[in-house]
Amino acid sequence: MFEHYLNIFITTVFIENIALSVFLGMCTFIAISKKIDAAFGLGIAVIVVCLITVPLNNLIYNSILKEGALAWAGLPEANLEFVGLISYIGVIAAAVQILEMFLDRFVPALYNALGVFLPLITVNCAILGASLFMIEKDLRFGESVVYGLGAGVGWAMAIVVLAGIREKLKYSDIPDGLQGLGMTFLIVGLMSFGFMSFGGISL
Amino acid sequence: MTVKQYKQVLAKPLLEENPITLQILGICSALAVTSNLSVTLVMCVALTFVVSFSNLFISIIRNYIPSSVRIIVQMTIIASLVIVVDELLKAYDYETSKKLSVFVGLIITNCIVMGRAEAFAMKEKPFLSFLDGLGNGLGYSIILIAVAIVRELFGTGTLMGYEILPLVSNGGWYPANNLLLLPPSSFILIGLMIWGIRAYKTDQIEPNEYKLSGHASAPDLSKRELNV
Repeated sequence: MFEHYLNIFITTVFIENIALSVFLGMCTFIAISKKIDAAFGLGIAVIVVCLITVPLNNLIYNSILKEGALAWAGLPEANLEFVGLISYIGVIAAAVQILEMFLDRFVPALYNALGVFLPLITVNCAILGASLFMIEKDLRFGESVVYGLGAGVGWAMAIVVLAGIREKLKYSDIPDGLQGLGMTFLIVGLMSFGFMSFGGISL
Repeated sequence: MTVKQYKQVLAKPLLEENPITLQILGICSALAVTSNLSVTLVMCVALTFVVSFSNLFISIIRNYIPSSVRIIVQMTIIASLVIVVDELLKAYDYETSKKLSVFVGLIITNCIVMGRAEAFAMKEKPFLSFLDGLGNGLGYSIILIAVAIVRELFGTGTLMGYEILPLVSNGGWYPANNLLLLPPSSFILIGLMIWGIRAYKTDQIEPNEYKLSGHASAPDLSKRELNV
């Protein structure tokens, strides 16, 4: 059993890395990777939010939205999958809001460190993407916890690595037009070619 | 409101303030759905539809939205539009819908939609916001279509499924470049495209944080005299 969970974790972090293999959360990935500190804070925030929202959405999908899930309420025919998107994003927005209030009240140090990144996370497609992939893979609850954690860790790792490269890059001589955004695109391209080498591994 | 102003709002996001190459918005889907031109076209139409109508609706009710809950209100409008697109696609073009998989759903968190709602629709009149959404959707489409054309044409030798460059494997002369079929290649294509646009529009160039100085100890070669 443990092996099965470890397997999911490793697969999500490396082989199906949410940033470098399926390209989610790219906007923040590229916009907020100039400094390692900021990238690290954002990474932690994504891990926490993924870990909360993916299992939560799994519960909602399996106990309310899925076809036949409402059989206990006398509605065996009901299939609410079409309101899925709106409920997942609602859960994510609510979870982020609650987390923000909770941190503000009980862990002010972390709250200050995360700062403006927390509210931004609602619109980070890595979070919604993780939930949608979880639905597509049809994971059970236990698996979805591990999947959420893995997705967050994979994304956080990728953004910290990119920030490290970009900090060093400041000292290099880049052609004018490539400066900043253009160069970052090329580097992310090379990084994700690197991550494709994990593709052949099957666990 | 003059016609000229409408034109400007519509045309500005196409090249000058392109959402992808300048505003860093909506990049995720630009990378994942561009290996095939017809899939890309569907995605572009879907996004342009969502961004222009979400801008329109949000702008209509902009004076009634309390600013503390505006993100949730915007999300609800956007998510409803995306559900409409998703269901339509499933009903009429199931194949493409399968190929796009989660990326239609991800239009909700596509930063172009949220970004334009926040930056434009919350302030401006409905019709103008609609045009702004349309312009940004088209700006996004231009980049996506350009990337998709390069990837499909040189990756598989076809366009929209029609053979343009006959492949060696089919008895033609063109050896397919499989590298372009891999998703990371679109990063490199967009990177080069940004370089091209900025070489033409030099005001978009980002200044370097650290000015590199020449080597102080190095001899100034331009003034070197020839000792023959």
